[in-house]
Amino acid sequence: MNNKHLYWLAGCLCLLGAGLFLYKSLVLKFPVIPEKQAQIWNIEAKVLYTSAEGPAKVQLSIPRGNHRFSITDEEFISSGYGLDIKRKAGNRQAAWTIRHATGEQVLYYKATVRPRTDSIETKLTTPKVPEIEYVEAQRVAANAIIAEAKNKSADNESFIREIIVRLNKPVTQGANDPLSILIRPKATTVQRLEVATQLLAIENIPARIVNGIQLVDFDRHTKYVRWLEVYHTHEWKSYNAATGQPEIPENYLPWWRGDKSIANVTGGKLVSVKTAVSRNDESALISALWRQKAIRPFLYEFSLLALPLDTQNVYRVLLTVPIGVLLLVLLRNIIGIKTFGTFMPVLIAMAFRETQLLWGVILFSLVVSMGLGIRFYLEQLKLLLVPRLAAVLITVIVLMLAISLFSHKLGIHSGLSVALFPMVILTMTIERMSIIWDERGARESLKQGIGSLIVAVLAFLVMNIELVRYLLFIFPELLLIVLAITLLLGRYSGYRLLEIFRFKVLAAR
Amino acid sequence: MLGLIKNLHKAGVIGINKRNADYTLRYNPRRLYPLVDDKAQTKQLAFQAGIATPELYYTVEIEHQIKGLPAILEQYSEFVIKPAQGSGGDGIVVITGRRMGQYQKASGALLSQSEIQHHVSNVLSGLYSLGGQPDKALIEYRVQFDPVFENITYLGVPDIRIIILLGVPVMAMVRLPTRTSDGKANLHQGAIGAGIDIATGKTLTAVLKNHIISEHPDTGTHLEKIQVPHWDSILEIAAQCYEMTGLGYQGVDIVLDRDKGPLVLELNARPGLNIQIANSSGLLHRLQLVEQHIDSLTDTASRIQFARQHFGVNTV
Repeated sequence: MNNKHLYWLAGCLCLLGAGLFLYKSLVLKFPVIPEKQAQIWNIEAKVLYTSAEGPAKVQLSIPRGNHRFSITDEEFISSGYGLDIKRKAGNRQAAWTIRHATGEQVLYYKATVRPRTDSIETKLTTPKVPEIEYVEAQRVAANAIIAEAKNKSADNESFIREIIVRLNKPVTQGANDPLSILIRPKATTVQRLEVATQLLAIENIPARIVNGIQLVDFDRHTKYVRWLEVYHTHEWKSYNAATGQPEIPENYLPWWRGDKSIANVTGGKLVSVKTAVSRNDESALISALWRQKAIRPFLYEFSLLALPLDTQNVYRVLLTVPIGVLLLVLLRNIIGIKTFGTFMPVLIAMAFRETQLLWGVILFSLVVSMGLGIRFYLEQLKLLLVPRLAAVLITVIVLMLAISLFSHKLGIHSGLSVALFPMVILTMTIERMSIIWDERGARESLKQGIGSLIVAVLAFLVMNIELVRYLLFIFPELLLIVLAITLLLGRYSGYRLLEIFRFKVLAAR
Repeated sequence: MLGLIKNLHKAGVIGINKRNADYTLRYNPRRLYPLVDDKAQTKQLAFQAGIATPELYYTVEIEHQIKGLPAILEQYSEFVIKPAQGSGGDGIVVITGRRMGQYQKASGALLSQSEIQHHVSNVLSGLYSLGGQPDKALIEYRVQFDPVFENITYLGVPDIRIIILLGVPVMAMVRLPTRTSDGKANLHQGAIGAGIDIATGKTLTAVLKNHIISEHPDTGTHLEKIQVPHWDSILEIAAQCYEMTGLGYQGVDIVLDRDKGPLVLELNARPGLNIQIANSSGLLHRLQLVEQHIDSLTDTASRIQFARQHFGVNTV
């Protein structure tokens, strides 16, 4: 019979899923629970350029390990390119070269960053200080600032701080401010730091700008952070670019040094360089497997970890959707809760990830109730269905914009995330709610609306469990088990919980 | 809680999951759904099978026809506007006459010419159809309902719902509109459902919003033991609907007209489960009995005979 076929299918899926899971966890020793203490980050730079139909050379600065972090497992993904890695002036540079490139080209650099536990002893020779070529007016201004800083400081340490603090002050144009001769009023951090290195060079103190990224849980498009490295008491010390304190946050990874940009292209036009970072939840075990290339397992090659970082981050989100959908099936077919639209609550739950729960609920209720108000007004105009839906959709977007602008003015940044709600889903929800409102009354309409919201919140809570997210990402074969459960639920013919109350009269006999 | 489930199970009450998994999905091939989801097609089929339905006056298929609508409605003092693919009675407007140049609804409310036109336009754009797809509007004969239900109906048209499995009438009820249901015959909107004894055609217990009642809340009339007229032909019509559509599990909605007798209003491929409450009885045992004996039930007469024999009050 039909059911036998289904049980077979579900059984096979379960076995396959559970088998892969057990093999990976028991034989390959993939950890089943996330190991918090193992902090490893994957970093990635993606260079995009358009070639000028000929030979091309792409130079990309790549990070170099320091006393805090070590860089391992470097990979350069670039088919057909020659690769050369050079060290110079505290930097490492990868140079990709090709004889003939056409059209848009993408090059990847991937590496793993680990915090250092051992200390490294390196012999440093005192670096040379560059000759600063200032014109007369600049030299006078520079000397004035240096003298001022010296007055306020006792030693090198405090002198460096005073210089940085002084350079961070606003520039008052023409008001006898020596700073206005050295930098423009709207100078960037890099430009200010560049002047700082020059001033320190005059005092014979070697200094350099450091460009880095922050090692966070995950960021698909990181911004660069800048600070200053100054050589004194026989070592390079890092100074905060804003405060001048000799310390920088622990998660700052230096990427390259100097005031140049991260990459340059000859024989083409650089379009973008995107750097991404994500914390790797996999233990050191997996990285160990990775390093021992000889025993690299087939499964690893086909795991999500082999994908580019930004794709991985997309799958981190997508892989939790089946769990939300499974919950939805349970709530609808076993409990009997009614929701607007089959998958609407799961899509709303995905938006909650970005907005945070409380704000998500507030923003959702706000948009839907305002949308309903406008929908009731449109009802009077007797519009045809499709133009009416379009009008509601446009209104929803305007409402979202208004909420964003308004909350931005009030300084509530959570309000900005309203833009992440799926607007077509919101539109359909508003339309369906208003129809049910007209035909079955406000009570029924609100009941279903609130029901949908509750399901969305539950879906969000389940999809956001750390362990669930981790397990599905490391063991995506668990989806086969989720699929099997869903298939079995598809043939569940027992009562729904709410039906039991509906038919209670019949049970009394 | 578990005791409750056990009792429901013993009573043979089926839930939506069971209805879908074991009956509609098994006996109703998807390709046959349009026959009953589109009332225009149902009418056509019924006509070919010689089953009476309310006379179709006019069909509005495209927006352009709406302009000429007033001229067509001119000829009829009473009529019903229906979405061809509507469900649950949504989008149905019953016009009982004219007053002050406007159309009068069954409730007495007036509708202007343009309001009627807007309503028809909404119907065409699919507001009331199941999946929101474009629809047709049917303008048809307004049933002059049989006086038998006059004292137990508030406005609206009472209708008889019969569940048939493979052509065997399994369970029946009459749905009586009330003031709270706004003249609509839907149980969840507050209409009364009264079970009907398949053997005799007499009403059994009546149910309003899950409570058993004995009198109509608006008219105060007793609801039990009312003989439904034309019961024989009603059963026959219901049984024939199986051959007509090929759907194994369906709900047949029939109205009684004063002059024309029983008319098939619509067929339903996913009939609701409230009929169990109206009959104070579960469907499962009856459905299983039919499944066991279906091989010996070859024609309409034997199927009706079987139903009367097994599904009467004194026989179950």
